[in-house]
Order: sequence, then structure tokens, then C-alpha cells
Amino acid sequence: MTRLIVSRILQAVPTLWVIATLTFFMTRYAPGGPFDAERAIPEEIKVKLERHFGLDQPLLDQYILYLQNLLRGDLGPSFKYPEWEVSELIATAFPVSLTLGVLSLLVALLIGIPAGMIAALRRNSWMDYLPMSLSMAGICLPTFVLGPLLIFALSTKLGVFPPLGWYGPSDWVLPSLTLGLFYAAYIARLTRAGMLETLQQDYVRTARAKGASSWRILSRHAARGGLLPVLTFMGPAFAGLISGSFVIESIFFIPGLGKFFVTAAFNRDYTMVLGTVLFYATLIIILNLLVDLLQAWLDPKSRKEK
Amino acid sequence: MQSPKDLFFPTFLLRLFLIWTCLWVLLACSQPTNVETALEEQILHFGLGSEPQNLDPHLATSVAAHNILSALLEGLVSEDPKTLKPKPGVAQSWAISEDGKIYTFKLRKNGQWSNGDPVTAHDFVYSFRRMLNPNLGAQYASMLYPLKNAKSFHQGVKSWEHAKVGAKALDDHTLRLTLENPIPYFLELLNHFSWFPVHQPTIEHFEAYEKIGSAWTKPGNFVGNGPFLLTNHRINSVIEVKKNQHYWDAKTVRLNGIRFYPIEAVYTEERAYRSGFLHLTQSVSADRIEFLRKKHPDELHYEPYLGTYFYRFNLKAPPFDDQRVREAFSLAIDRQRLVDKVLKGGQSPATSFTPPGTGGFMPVSKFRYDPESAKALLHSYLQEKGMDRLPPIELTYNTSEGHKKVAEALHGMWKNVLGVEIRLLNMEWKVFLSTVAKGEFTLARAGWIGDYIDPHTFLHMWRTDEGLNMTGWGNQTYDEALRRAEISNSEQERWQNFQTCENLLAEEFPILPLYFYVHLTLRHPTVKGWYPTLLDHHPYKYVYLAKEEGR
Repeated sequence: MTRLIVSRILQAVPTLWVIATLTFFMTRYAPGGPFDAERAIPEEIKVKLERHFGLDQPLLDQYILYLQNLLRGDLGPSFKYPEWEVSELIATAFPVSLTLGVLSLLVALLIGIPAGMIAALRRNSWMDYLPMSLSMAGICLPTFVLGPLLIFALSTKLGVFPPLGWYGPSDWVLPSLTLGLFYAAYIARLTRAGMLETLQQDYVRTARAKGASSWRILSRHAARGGLLPVLTFMGPAFAGLISGSFVIESIFFIPGLGKFFVTAAFNRDYTMVLGTVLFYATLIIILNLLVDLLQAWLDPKSRKEK
Repeated sequence: MQSPKDLFFPTFLLRLFLIWTCLWVLLACSQPTNVETALEEQILHFGLGSEPQNLDPHLATSVAAHNILSALLEGLVSEDPKTLKPKPGVAQSWAISEDGKIYTFKLRKNGQWSNGDPVTAHDFVYSFRRMLNPNLGAQYASMLYPLKNAKSFHQGVKSWEHAKVGAKALDDHTLRLTLENPIPYFLELLNHFSWFPVHQPTIEHFEAYEKIGSAWTKPGNFVGNGPFLLTNHRINSVIEVKKNQHYWDAKTVRLNGIRFYPIEAVYTEERAYRSGFLHLTQSVSADRIEFLRKKHPDELHYEPYLGTYFYRFNLKAPPFDDQRVREAFSLAIDRQRLVDKVLKGGQSPATSFTPPGTGGFMPVSKFRYDPESAKALLHSYLQEKGMDRLPPIELTYNTSEGHKKVAEALHGMWKNVLGVEIRLLNMEWKVFLSTVAKGEFTLARAGWIGDYIDPHTFLHMWRTDEGLNMTGWGNQTYDEALRRAEISNSEQERWQNFQTCENLLAEEFPILPLYFYVHLTLRHPTVKGWYPTLLDHHPYKYVYLAKEEGR
């Protein structure tokens, strides 16, 4: 186990370096620059700004300087919002995205798994058809349709939740419901498929023959195998959830990471692009490692191979 | 085989599901909206549109920044909420010399910074010096060029001591500004944030004198002299200000605070408004006008806005290097139809470049619709060149539904009248900007919003060496007329010269004005003391919230 962790960390360093290098040169070779504006800046001022941000240096020098700063953990100031450091912006936005991501995942699991289980247990009855049609609708319905619908019903009409913003716990409900329902739909279908398969297994029948209660059979025997597909799905889904969603953030006006991720590229905010990309890459690497560890722990076969 | 469903079905699961659903419902408890609580609290909830890049008045560039800075700082003069005409601000009174070049301001003795320090004439001299300091790299530094010798100091030709810039503190409360030329709109100009003062000890403390991006603009650090104080700034979330008790005219200020929300997505902003989260929106999406007009007829406001939507021709490459082609393209456009059938948002057709009535100037309409002459002109060009038809023309615009709609409509008109094929080429914003700046276009979309209410803010763009020109067009008569308008003190003479400029634009067609902007906004009926103004400025000290109509 320790060897796995150490080797993964050693692999992560060159991976991050390649990502940093590619991103650095790709942003620099993209047409347009951070100081292009409709109200064109006089040339002499543009020169001043470029000097201030070190853009007057040869590209290779800029690259080396960037890597040196990176090693010291300094991501530099944002080009678009020079009053803020990139790390400062990420540090304010990430907790928001993390909260939203975790809550959405909870919604997804708490709705998706029971719905999938019920559907599997009451196969080919209305209790199967209803949740499964709903989940199909959930998968097809994009968040930018579901979000405004929820706002209209629960906020504009009923006044139960705030329509947007991220100022207190009551603001968390609608966005995590919107994002969570979308994932719940997937999870319900995966759970149903997994459960149907395990419920047919011999060991389930044996457990039943031995007189185990239905709850015990379900929780101890069927669910462990039945939920494996869900676990595989959750790894990348979780990374996606906590790194912010541009669409949800726009609909609900949430100051998360997704917006920085997208707009930094539009703004040619070089430092911000690099900062968010590297942050996201690091996050994925860590989560992948966690999923691998979890799988190794759950699956005795792969534990032995390691 | 027996189906498992007949064997067991834990009611527990169903229960869990129900409890979970009930939990959400229990969590819910109806709460009053922002707009409802605001009447009591006197807090204005303001849709800001976008996050300001910078809250340093010398480095700020956006409308969003103006909306915040005009709450936090005050210049020498302030604005009348209806007409935007100058009213006393930090200066109690002022005197203008006979030739219109020397302004002597008497500053009020009770003017204070938010930390209690007095606001003095020296603060203004310091601020102007910082703004013009070539090492600061302020984008709007040229706004201060009306000051004598400001340009030579800013361009680094002379030091501050040698340049003798026309800003002098005669004593703590007397400031003399000497201008290069008499400028009739000079006092109005002072309400642009580039002329606002900054607090010297704060700037020095954060070593921000010639530095872009420092912490002095953060809440707790910001020292201002305006009617409000900065109390909170969460990027992409909210900027909060509260009433400043040190402000000299605090008794006039009725709001206790303003919360600015930088909501960029127009539909989100509209939803926020309709749910009682906002008092006013920054904009309204064009495709929602019809609906909102029916649903909220008294809350949807069309306000005139000092801006022109136009296209640039590239005169450096065929076919637009030939004046006949440019004229034919202009004559083939039915601008009235464009605004009536395509835009449908209350815009007016642009038959001049300067919006009529800018500072009182009424340009004579020159750009007209005449498809027959358009055909004849193009025909004569094609004949001369020995061509049957023009090769397809590329029309470049930045990706946006609105721009696309206009481009498609014009494509239709040109195809019908001139038989020209147009290729629509949309580009991502920054790619578009750099393409146009490099002159790598044939025909490109553009827009311009005036900085001050005078034709000069529009017409100076087309001077031969002006960086904003980008068409490759230049005309000595134009430059001369513009120069004469700049140095003149007589309104009649200025209007004459501006008209000469307008005539030249409509004779040589470096550009294609299409329509004048309107500012569309939703505003709640409880917002009082808020009037439509050309620059979309709304001095907050006169704004308040009240239920009953009128005062």
C-alpha cells in the first residue's frame, strides 16, 4: 500500500509538469492577449502593463520564472483582477464548490440508491417503471432547464428557497438539488442494474434460506455487490462535482471555481488559467489515488495482486 | 425461477425515501425577499452585471467600477440626478476665467475622508499626479489630458516639476486647474472616476503610488470621501457598501447601504429580479422584451444611452478601398427596418455617428437608405474593374446571438439589393479584438459608448493617427475640423466643426453606423430618486426606497 502511494506521488510530479508546460504554451500561443479590449489601450500603456506582468521577457524566460514561482507555491496575481492573487481566488472559490459538490453527491446517493433498489426489488411493477422513467427524464433534462424550473416552482411561486446566491445554508438547497438530481438519475439506473444481478446470485438465495431478515439480506449481502458499478461511477463524478460547474454557477449565481475555470480562458488571464488547470489536475490525481485505494480495500483480488 | 420482488420488500426503504423527502420540505420555511425587507432597511439591491476588474479609480475601466466608485468617492463636483449637470461636490463653488481655461475651485472646509482626515486641494493634485504618472500605466490617463502639460508629463517627456502640469493647490482649500484649451464640458468631465481623489496616506501605506494591484482597495483598507463606505467584497458574489457618516452631505443620503451583485448571466439576473432578489437589473435579454413588456409593463424601462453600434470597413484592402463600394453598402441598408423588425428593443436607427442631442449637438442626418443609387454605384465599380460580381465579403463579429442577428439581417439586405454574398465569420472575443486591431478584416462589427456628454467623445475616434480608428481612413480636413472644435470656446463654432466631421464620415464612409443603443432595465417601483440619464449615472445620495408613489 505504501509503495502504491509513493509511486503515485512520484508519477504525479512529471504529470503536473507536462500539464503546466502544455497549458503555459497553449495559452500564450492563443490569439489575443489579456490587455486586448474594445476600447484599445494606447501602445505605450500596453508596454507598461506588459512590463508589469513580465510579459516583455522572452517566452522561455517567462516559462522558467513561472516554474520557479510554482515550486515556491506562488501562482502570481490574476491578470484580470490584479488586486487578487490567483491562490487567494482559488482559496475563496474552492470551499464553495466543495460544499456544493458534497451536498449534490449526498442528494444523488440518497435519492438514487433507494430509488434504484426499490425498482430492482419491485421489478416490472409501477414501482420500477415510475422511478426508471423519472430517471430517464432526469438524464435527458439538462441542468439549465431543471434549475430554472426548480427556481420558478420553489422560489418565484412558493417563496420557499432563495432564487440564487450563496450566502447561507438555505441558498444551498436548490443548486445541490439541481445538480444532485441529475446524478441521482444515473445512480438509480446503475443501482437497479447492479442489484438485479446480485439478487439472482446463489449466496442471496442461501442467505434467505437460512432465514436472514430481508433488511439484513439487502444490506449485508446484496448491496455490497450491487453497488460496485455505482462506486466506479462515483470517482470521476465526484471530481467533476467538486471542481465546480459553470452552468450551475451561472444559473444560481454561485461564486465557485467553475466560473474562474471558464472565464479565465476567455479573458486570457494567463496566471488564472494555469492556476485553475493545475489545481484541477492535482485534484484528479488525488481522487484517482483515493479511488484506487478504496477499490484495493474492497476487492480482495486486486489487494493480493498489489 | 421466482422473482425476488415477491419474497421481500423492506418497507424500511420506502420509509427512508419518504423521510428524506419530508426533510427537504421541513427545511423549507418561507422567507421575505430582499425587496420586501429593503423598505425597512433602506438597502438597495443592485444588479451590477459584471465583476469590476479594479476598484482603484486610477486603474478602473468598466461601467461596473463606475457604479461602485461613485458610491465610495466624490470628485470636485457632483451631478444633478436628473440632468447630470454639475452641482457642488468637494468643491463648494468655482470660478471660470474669461477665456475658459482657468478653473478655481473653493473646497468645502467640512469635506472629510472616511477616516476623519480633511479632504484638501493637495489630495487632488496628488491624485492627478498619480493618474498621469507614466509608471502607473493607467488606461484612462488621457482623460486628464485637458489639463495643461498633462500629456507631456504622462508621456514621460518631462518630470512633474518641469512639466508644470496645470493643477495647483493655492492653499488647503483652493485648487486651480489650468486647461490646455477651453472645454465647455470640463465640469461634467470631472465626474468620470479618473478625476476622483485618492487618500494619499493610504496609497503610500500600501505602496500603491505606481503599482497595479495592491490591497488598498480591499474592505477595511479603502479610505474614500463618498457617501458610502466599502464594507464587504466577495469576488463574483457581492460588494457591500454602507452609509458613510463622515460624508459632508450625509443628511441627504437616505439609503443605509447598497449591495451590488455582479450577475453576468442575463437570464439569471432577470430571475433574480422577478423573485424579489434585486431592485434593478443591469440589462435585459432582447428575446425577453416581449414577455416582460406584457408581464411587467411598469418595471421595464427603455432609457436612452450614449452609444452607437456600427461596422468598420477596412480601407486598406479591396473592395472597400474604393469609396463607391463603401457607399453602396451603406445605401443598401434599411436601418429603420433593422431596428423595427430585427432588434425590436427600442433602439433608433443611426443616420449619423454621434447620437443626436449629445451635449445639445444635433447632427444633420446623412446616412440614408437608397437601394437604387447603391446598385448604380456598385455597377460602376464592377464595370471599371471588369467584374461580374463582387467576390464574397467576410463579415467579422464576436460570437454572440445579438451580433449574429444583425449580421444576418444585413447579409439579407446586401444580397437583395447588391447581389453580394457575405460570409459571416464569428470569433471568440479576444481573437476578434486582436484580428481587428491588426487590420486583418474586411468588414467588422464595433460599438462605442461615450465617456462624457459631448460629440467629441465620439468624433475623436476617426482622427488619422488615433489608435481607435483601425479603418485605415484619414482625412486632413477632418483632423483640422476636430482640432478647431477642440480649441474653440464658442458653441456655434464647435457644432459647425463637428458637423463638418459628420459630413466627412457620410461622404467617405470609413464606417457604417447602424443604430443607437438604448439601456433596457428592470426597476422595482419602490426605487425612488432614480432618473434615466444618458450616461446611466445615478447619484446614490438622492436614491431611496418607498412604498407610496412619488415623494
